[in-house]
Amino acid sequence: MARRKSWWRGTGLRIAVFVVGVAPAGLLLLDGLRGSLGANPIETLQHTTGDWSLRFVLAALAVTPLRRLFGWGFLAPHRRTLGLFAFFYVCLHLGTYVGLDLFFDWSVIAEDIFKRPYITAGFTGFLCMLPLAITSTRGWQRRLGRRWVQLHRLAYVAGIAGSVHYLWLTKADLLSPLVYTVILATLLGTRLWFRYARRTTRPARSLS
Amino acid sequence: MLIRVRRPGDIDPREITDEGLYLRRREFLRSAALAGGAAAFAAAGAPTASRAARLAPGDLAALTGLVPSPFSTDESPNSFEDVTSYNNFYEFGTDKEDPARHAHTLVTDPWSVSIRGEVERPGEIALEDLLKPHALEERVYRLRCVEAWSMVIPWVGIPLGDILRRFEPTSHAKYVAFRTLYKPSQMRGQRRRVLDWPYREGLRIDEAMNPLTILAVGLYGRVLPSQNGAPLRLIVPWKYGFKSIKSIVSIELTRRRPATSWNVSAPREYGFYANVNPEVDHPRWSQKRERRIGEFRRRPTLPFNGYAESVADLYAGMNLRKNF
Repeated sequence: MARRKSWWRGTGLRIAVFVVGVAPAGLLLLDGLRGSLGANPIETLQHTTGDWSLRFVLAALAVTPLRRLFGWGFLAPHRRTLGLFAFFYVCLHLGTYVGLDLFFDWSVIAEDIFKRPYITAGFTGFLCMLPLAITSTRGWQRRLGRRWVQLHRLAYVAGIAGSVHYLWLTKADLLSPLVYTVILATLLGTRLWFRYARRTTRPARSLS
Repeated sequence: MLIRVRRPGDIDPREITDEGLYLRRREFLRSAALAGGAAAFAAAGAPTASRAARLAPGDLAALTGLVPSPFSTDESPNSFEDVTSYNNFYEFGTDKEDPARHAHTLVTDPWSVSIRGEVERPGEIALEDLLKPHALEERVYRLRCVEAWSMVIPWVGIPLGDILRRFEPTSHAKYVAFRTLYKPSQMRGQRRRVLDWPYREGLRIDEAMNPLTILAVGLYGRVLPSQNGAPLRLIVPWKYGFKSIKSIVSIELTRRRPATSWNVSAPREYGFYANVNPEVDHPRWSQKRERRIGEFRRRPTLPFNGYAESVADLYAGMNLRKNF
């Protein structure tokens, strides 16, 4: 019984995370091949990859609060995979924009990045995730030591940048970007709460 | 009497798995895994284009005796499928696929339009009576959305000016205000206040009287599909698409400039005029180029959407950067 449980929470969960990570890209590819990405396929690719990037950022940021709140330590080994899937989808998202939407028109792309706040925000998110993806290996983790933890707090900035990107590009119906923003705020808020709780309970513990 | 004393290691009877459940445990695991997998796939599939049954031209009543128009472009029109599956009609939801999915709930027959304000002969008129005296024309127009995509659509309609003249506008009529049906029971998008319902639009009287401006009742030789604004919508081809209000129930001629929905919603982003203008960017994106649906590379956007010859002099002397 104990062995089965650990299989589900170990290898089983690893397979599940991988399948959920690959499925959206696989479905997009499938839809693309049979020409069912809708009337505006480039827009469909942009929106879908953007959605999934933000979803995986939130999933990665949810690992620590879930572990702390519910003791779900078995999630921790999958945080890196979730983060790398977020990076995978942000690359597809940016690649679609640069290569398909604007067809490598660098002057327009540069103008967008500097002049259009929502694109500035989105690009900031990408820049935050780049060093995290590069230093996601155990080797880099060892080499950077304590600074690795500090560097990887950029994930918070990436999450905020992604949500702001979505909020700022939306025309009128803010419901969907607000759902992401509220989830992100909850995840970052629990971190602040943990920090505050730790600070206030420490003296009490030393007394006993 | 037997009194059982529980020791710490004892199992509470409530914790013992029911035998039936125990025997079906593999089944349970399998269905749980399947449900989880299915949910993940459903979530993954949802954002991509809907694969629901598409509307076919044969599903709609044919319009006959159409007169071709010299105002038509000879560019090749977008497919019926593109035109009817990729729509902005927030009354049925804010995703492009939502109108095709949800507009079937709209009841378009019977339909009447109220014509009021600065006219000698105001009244509520049934749609058939509104259209009866006029010949239906086919007008193949470019449509440029404010979101920087465009299509070419073979509309069927009547010049708005011809219709308005029947009601004899007074000399005080300076503007025309239009209103869409407000019926949340049929238009599910109206159940949330995404915009200040009902949708309202307006034109200056000379814009309304321009021969390019039509009230459309069909496309591709058939009556309008609901997702395209059935049964009666405005088409102003030199303005961004949001000016071309759909499912019209009210036309009022006014002395003052009427409030218009997108302008009320975001005045910095959507002006009253909303003429297609590559020189004036939307605050959040460029309007210099557009993606014609069905094409890969973006193409340059033309001033007044390519209709400058017919309409530019309506705005002679006006600062179009200020009056965007």
